[in-house]
Amino acid sequence: MTTATQPATTQVYRIYIKATPEAIWDAITKPEWTARYGYTGLASYDLRPGGAYTVAPTPEFRAAAEAQGFPCPDIIVDGEVIEAEPPKRLVTTFRMLMDPAMAEEGFTRITHEINPAPDGKSCSLTVTHELEGAPLLASMVHGDQEASGAGGGHAWVLSDLKSLLETGSPLAG
Amino acid sequence: MTDDRVFKALADPTRRFLLDLLFTRDGRTLTELESELEMSRFGVMKHLRVLEDANLVVTRRSGREKLHFLNPIPIREIHDRWIDKYTEHHTTALLELKAELEDES
Repeated sequence: MTTATQPATTQVYRIYIKATPEAIWDAITKPEWTARYGYTGLASYDLRPGGAYTVAPTPEFRAAAEAQGFPCPDIIVDGEVIEAEPPKRLVTTFRMLMDPAMAEEGFTRITHEINPAPDGKSCSLTVTHELEGAPLLASMVHGDQEASGAGGGHAWVLSDLKSLLETGSPLAG
Repeated sequence: MTDDRVFKALADPTRRFLLDLLFTRDGRTLTELESELEMSRFGVMKHLRVLEDANLVVTRRSGREKLHFLNPIPIREIHDRWIDKYTEHHTTALLELKAELEDES
């Protein structure tokens, strides 16, 4: 029986965070929050279907990238909003522009889902990244290049987001 | 309390085998997973249920199918909370020993 069609190219991550759905939504969509955890980019979402999604580098990010010999583009990530249903569901396309080979792979698709947990105090945040045709990006967001300084991907970003929302400070130094 | 569920879920060879299967190839159906084990469908479902309760496996619908995905986050949290603390100490101790020995020579 062969049923495997897309599976291996999709990654799913789920984390429980003691915060309201609204706080989690803001932490994903507002630049004053996205600058404080994970890869620390400045996200910009036009939250309607067809709206633009971009991530710009902070001055610190740009300086760090350039110090390591990476020319840093003005836009690190671009994409399009497909669905935006605050504070529950956000679907966008996603293309990584930091690296020319990854940019070449084109657009992938990320779904964020926020669901209040039965305990009434926390929410689950589920990130589903469909990465068909993007093996380089898939490896990066899976955290495979963490040891070489490329960050730990979604698991790392989400752990950091949880830490920021629950304790007021991120894990990353 | 979440840690308890994760440790309990990991304390079983069949469940660790299921996680290894998903690590090798993610997003599988119950039927695919079942075919790798000499166990009843019901038995495999029970194990998957424990893994889901521990948030180690997350399921997604794809058409008529329910696909099982390995969620690495709870293991990462355990690593950050329990492993880092001890390995860091060992590495530091070894590095200090190295520095001391090299100083003497």
